[in-house]
Amino acid sequence: MDLRATLVPGLLELKNPIMSAAGTFGSGLEYSPYGDITQLGGIITNGLTLRPCMGSPMPRVAETPSGLLTSIGTQNDGVEHFVRHVLPQLPWQDVPIIPNLNANFVEDFSELAGILAAEPGIAALEVNLSCRNDNRSGQRFNQNTVTAARAVSAVKKAAGSKPVIAKLSPQIMDIVEVARSVEAAGADVISCIGTVQGLAVDVRERRAMLGSITGGLSGPAVKPLALRCVWQISHAVDIPVIGVGGIRTAQDVLEFMLVGAHAVAVGSASFSDPEAIFRIVRELPAVCEEYGVSDLDAFRGSLQG
Amino acid sequence: MITPIRAELTVTDNVPFGQPVFWPDGQRRFYALTLERPEWKSWQPGQFIMLRPLSGEECVWARPMSICRVTSQSLVLFIRVVGSATDRFSRLKSGDKVIVWGPLGTGFDMRPDTPTLLLARGVGIAPFAGYADMHPDPSSLSMLFGHSLPSSNYPTDAMAARIEVESLHDRTPEELEEFHRVARLRMTEYKERGGICLACGPMPFLKKVWRFANEIDLPTQLLLEERMSCGTGACLGCSAVTSKHWPDPVKAGLPVQTCTSGPVFWAKELDLDASLSERRD
Repeated sequence: MDLRATLVPGLLELKNPIMSAAGTFGSGLEYSPYGDITQLGGIITNGLTLRPCMGSPMPRVAETPSGLLTSIGTQNDGVEHFVRHVLPQLPWQDVPIIPNLNANFVEDFSELAGILAAEPGIAALEVNLSCRNDNRSGQRFNQNTVTAARAVSAVKKAAGSKPVIAKLSPQIMDIVEVARSVEAAGADVISCIGTVQGLAVDVRERRAMLGSITGGLSGPAVKPLALRCVWQISHAVDIPVIGVGGIRTAQDVLEFMLVGAHAVAVGSASFSDPEAIFRIVRELPAVCEEYGVSDLDAFRGSLQG
Repeated sequence: MITPIRAELTVTDNVPFGQPVFWPDGQRRFYALTLERPEWKSWQPGQFIMLRPLSGEECVWARPMSICRVTSQSLVLFIRVVGSATDRFSRLKSGDKVIVWGPLGTGFDMRPDTPTLLLARGVGIAPFAGYADMHPDPSSLSMLFGHSLPSSNYPTDAMAARIEVESLHDRTPEELEEFHRVARLRMTEYKERGGICLACGPMPFLKKVWRFANEIDLPTQLLLEERMSCGTGACLGCSAVTSKHWPDPVKAGLPVQTCTSGPVFWAKELDLDASLSERRD
């Protein structure tokens, strides 16, 4: 069966619709002992900033019911380190490599995009609009249509021919309006959802479970929220949507495609089993057959009311 | 580097270690969990695995566990129940299936002809059981073991048959201070003998050992225990900050992952006083 997924014709075509989500798969090399990373549809690598970033105070991870609360604070060695030392090791000729861009200033987004777009090994850029605040407004970039569009537009201008993916979180007034604004600003694809802000506490110690108090919730707990967002956005925009949030099985992939996703990104499932993403890729054809899906394009968005 | 493998293994035994101890904040329980041996070509004491029961929704994520012992037939883990995941591990029964990936991370230095001081506190004794098993010359090893619970909760007897074990039971803050004082004294002695020191235990204890190692200039390795989600270096949840002595100057003073660059680090290559203080804005 044909599993190919075209996100941007000629520029971002995946051999299957299953990618790794930013912040959960490292650069991809971390998972090479557990499977062939070139068999994935794409690798969205960990969040990058212009300069090295120490990240959040410890502890950074806590388990919650069916979920994982994390605050990493975009710890990374900076874009130069990625381009010089990490990218050359990645099998970019065999699998699309998509870095995830983080900044507090629109100008930094632009500079980051320019540096990465110059690299032949980069297939597309994902703009993270939900993890850092816009220095001007003091809010997350995707908090309103104006700041979201401004960031996407800056990346798009600097990205040349590289497709731009705008990643949205649902913690905003109206995710559909923001989706429309990033589409108008030039985004080629939307990915959603990023994590949802949460808090986990230890009553005995009377402390937050995370060093930075609050963190981003991911995992199966957020899947219904992600499905709702993908369904709403895919009806509102003409660009493809990558579904992200709590995907653990090939059936979950079909759920996201049923509500309108062109592709998906597997996130924290890789933490509960390092083979999870490879198993999902392997099992997708059989699960499609089980559910009578013979054409993913025809199946996409076929949710009945 | 030893390439880790992911395997579904069967639990072959799970037995309580010592009697449960009643403590102001709840019961303290210990278990020796035995799994069938994974098909590892090799492993090093100090390395760890990620462990998760195969079935059951209440434990979605895996937990890092120090490798306590590996025999020709089995992999043994020493578990103290501290939360929901370890409680679930304590209820695993013979025949249950678990997912394991490992061996992960770095192991302890093993020098046959060098006097080696093992400093353990509480459940931090776990990796030293395997270390004592595998060391080619156990007569060059001795362990100082500090514990606030009875020694019957820990696998000290089996170790004492092979290496010299000095056990200090602390029930009061003063006795804990005494343990730290003796630890520093032993480290000074090993410095004079041209030895090395290996330490494992809770962070407050490791911080003291780290400080002593720097003061005394004794080559010392610390096994850091951090919360982890992936064990592969991908999630960046378990960072430690390096010192100016880190071998790769590009990474000196920056965070590295405990799961891949550690969990065993040379004390002088870490900066345990550095804080990862950049809060999310």
